[in-house]
Amino acid sequence: MSSKPVKTLRSPLGRVRGLGSAKSGVSHWWLQRVTAVALVPLVLILAVVLLRIGTADHAAVVAAFRNPLLAVLAVLAIIAVFWHLRLGLQVVIEDYIHVERSKIAVLLAVTFAVFLVGALCLLSVLKLFFGV
Amino acid sequence: MANTDRPLSPHLQIYRWPLTMASSILHRATGVGLAAGTLLLAWWLVAAAAGPQYFALVQGLLGSWLGRLIMLGFSWALFYHLCNGIRHLAWDLGHGFEKATAKTASILVISASVILTLLAWVLAYSWK
Repeated sequence: MSSKPVKTLRSPLGRVRGLGSAKSGVSHWWLQRVTAVALVPLVLILAVVLLRIGTADHAAVVAAFRNPLLAVLAVLAIIAVFWHLRLGLQVVIEDYIHVERSKIAVLLAVTFAVFLVGALCLLSVLKLFFGV
Repeated sequence: MANTDRPLSPHLQIYRWPLTMASSILHRATGVGLAAGTLLLAWWLVAAAAGPQYFALVQGLLGSWLGRLIMLGFSWALFYHLCNGIRHLAWDLGHGFEKATAKTASILVISASVILTLLAWVLAYSWK
């Protein structure tokens, strides 16, 4: 008993790649989950640290960031937070802004803001760690 | 020509809000709120790198009653998004879709977010 192949307009190669018409497949969905899983422990650890040094004076905050473990966790958290935030805001923007021009303008603005503020945060952690 | 007499499906304002509906939209709302609040945390971090004088200014503003109120809201949003995010990961694994389970989980997530927020603020004041 042989079954006929399913009729499809997608090429066999396209079906194997599984990337769909947007050419990105499930990467948006997957990266949102990867950053989410990373953020569960990072947020819990850094929340405790922030509660400890959040009300402290400048010297205590600088001293805390001289710890390489905290500096590395802060760098990882900044990357994961801004990545996760960018993916999340993208979905919200695409859901509610229906005028193509405005949508692309807002998406660009959010992307640039994420990179700008993210870079400022990373530089701040490095500056505090190296004490320059 | 559009038939304007056809019945429409009920929109959001017609439904009685079930808890699951509220907990779902809260995830998005807290996510957007956290994105805005992250700017404040970034400001605090940049201020720490900038030096003691500017840090004292930012610390003073964030420590004011308005700053504390915003941070209270931020911390609750963070814990809510964290707890409900874990629920989302459970959904991704195929768990928790039954009606009764979904309602219980909504109550659990909301309670946990409030308890964690209270715990965080008690710790912050006792460590001060």
